[in-house]
Amino acid sequence: MTEYLTNINPVAAILIHAAIPLTIILVYALVAIWGERKIAGFIQDRLGPMRVGGWHGWAQSIADLLKLIQKEDIIPTDASRFLFKFAPFMMFAASYAAFAVIPFSSAYIGSMVNIGVFYLLAVTSVLTLSVIMAGWASNNKWSLLGGMRSAAQMVSYEVPTIATVLTVILVAGSLNLMTVTEMQAGNDTLGFLPNWLIFQNPFLISAFIIFFISILAESHRVPFDLPESESELVAGYQTEYSGMRWAMFMLAEYADMLLLSLLGAVLFFGGWNSPFGDFMGGPLWGYFWFMLKGLLLVFVMMWIRWTLPRYRVDQLMHICWSILIPLSFINLVLTALWEVIF
Amino acid sequence: MMEVISKDTGKREMVINMGPQHPSTHGVLRLELVLDGEVIKEAEPNIGYLHRCFEKYAELMDDYAKVIPYTDRMDYVSAINQEHGYVIALERMLELEVPERVEYIRVIMAELQRIASHLLGIGAFGLDLGAFTPFLYCFTEREKILDIFERATGARLLYNYFAVAGLMRDVHPEFKTETSDFVKTFRPKIKELNDLLSYNSIFIKRTANIGVLPEKVAFNYGASGPVLRGSGVKWDLRKNDPYSIYDRFDFEIPVGSGELGTLGDCWDRYIVRVREMEQSLRIIEQALDGMPDEGDVMAAIPKRIRPKEGEIYTRTETPRGELGYYIISDKSASAFRVKARAPSFVHLSMLPAISKGSLIADMVAIVGSIDIVLGEVDR
Repeated sequence: MTEYLTNINPVAAILIHAAIPLTIILVYALVAIWGERKIAGFIQDRLGPMRVGGWHGWAQSIADLLKLIQKEDIIPTDASRFLFKFAPFMMFAASYAAFAVIPFSSAYIGSMVNIGVFYLLAVTSVLTLSVIMAGWASNNKWSLLGGMRSAAQMVSYEVPTIATVLTVILVAGSLNLMTVTEMQAGNDTLGFLPNWLIFQNPFLISAFIIFFISILAESHRVPFDLPESESELVAGYQTEYSGMRWAMFMLAEYADMLLLSLLGAVLFFGGWNSPFGDFMGGPLWGYFWFMLKGLLLVFVMMWIRWTLPRYRVDQLMHICWSILIPLSFINLVLTALWEVIF
Repeated sequence: MMEVISKDTGKREMVINMGPQHPSTHGVLRLELVLDGEVIKEAEPNIGYLHRCFEKYAELMDDYAKVIPYTDRMDYVSAINQEHGYVIALERMLELEVPERVEYIRVIMAELQRIASHLLGIGAFGLDLGAFTPFLYCFTEREKILDIFERATGARLLYNYFAVAGLMRDVHPEFKTETSDFVKTFRPKIKELNDLLSYNSIFIKRTANIGVLPEKVAFNYGASGPVLRGSGVKWDLRKNDPYSIYDRFDFEIPVGSGELGTLGDCWDRYIVRVREMEQSLRIIEQALDGMPDEGDVMAAIPKRIRPKEGEIYTRTETPRGELGYYIISDKSASAFRVKARAPSFVHLSMLPAISKGSLIADMVAIVGSIDIVLGEVDR
């Protein structure tokens, strides 16, 4: 598909490549926000949205979006105006840009770069910057505390994330996510399991657990939702935001959740490969399987959110620096040994 | 705002206002925090945002009984218990005999209210620590209690149900079955709550060893109720200074033991409330068994309540601790002086002592664990 488009018209190709992930993110965000409310409702013995749009309140997110667009754009008097306005868009841009290297199906990847994983990790680091920017520019002490917490948290948890990603790369031997996915095709691990990386090496299972905990922290989900912990810091770095800018933060947060879940799906669960070998294969089914895997991980994140309390900031740091980071590096070494021996 | 920050440069501390509009200050409490990073150097509670002149109002009313609805509004999550203390004070002043059936209904109502109040306290405490779901589970159960109250009293929050030497109206015919059904369904829910929240390892990490209130400090500040019992002191007015008919029931006083941390930490205060709910269920069951089916719910009382000249102090055990009413009568139809000793006020005053050196996140846990109601703090 990529070559086909480029051959017709390079400009159109760029626009279409930019539009496809954006459409996916927007549709996903609307569905996921509604879904999160429904899941929360289910877990909490209540109904969740039921009215807007008729069937189970399916139009609730759309109505909310329309409301947020119409809201007055409030900027605090002493805020640093440019940074305050810019931060939410930068945050969204960072998570959106990272989608360029995600192979959505065997026929579609935004950009076939050889250093896909590296690019993804680098671009998502900008998220930290925009959170600090928002926290500082609001000129609100709660926002500042939220921003600072977030900076510490995201920088710390990037280390175990990268270490576990490195573990996978070590096994896969490529930084290109498309290549990583392609090598997971087929159906012959232990004779019956799909050829996914998580089934190929016992240390990749532990790597996945570390990876999942780290992405919970990276995307600010419970039990690590400290930057925006509403009962302590009001709303953290988002305190002063309202209307469309706040919606951008939400969108970025949900996009980030999806991005990291999809990364998990590529690295551990075979990306767009069907779990049944060639059955239900092909580009369109590939897209279906890929999104299904990603959304399942998103669902687990939501499930955790509505079950657990949250950690304190020093406990969060303790978990990262004295548990996850040593474990992830030990895991890396053990994986390497396993690869050499078997 | 900008100026405040620039003025403070050079110092490491930052002054921050937590509240009056902050999600976890349980109403309109304002805490002035001096922070070094996220560590609290000093904390000063500022109150008065919900002051409604209860004491002055009580003196100005031309009838003692007219104060009863206003006592509801002090601690609006345990209104029945507030009424209970006040009517007991009046009954003792007037030396009135209360009918048997009334006493039983009062005890059942008071214990149901205690459970409802603890459910709110526990749920909100979990919410403060980021656990959203237990909060709604607690509210579902609280709702069932409020339904019982609604059928019996006509109101869901502020009941105006207890009258001097009686009740405003008799309970509905299905009251007994409804209440015993609730008791049966509620027991397993406590276990569920324990599984979901009390023994959750993150929850324990957030509450054990936090906000330790040693026994001595608790005595010095005059703590009472679950806060005092959380520090391991076996003190419950229902046992130590029985009022109403509490001496007839068999129940235990749960106390904190520091089983998961230090004695008197947030977890101890929390678990005392959970265990107290079980004891309240026991009292309700016994009271339902002993409650006479027939009987008047209003004793013969003088048309105008005019107590003898004198003063009285009565204390009762509300879900938050010792609620005392000090009433001076000058033989007229209205009280010369009514003073309410509110446990929340006392507990709030010890906040600076137990929160020094903790983090902001711990402050939230501490405020949640002493379970204050600002309506009662300010009165």
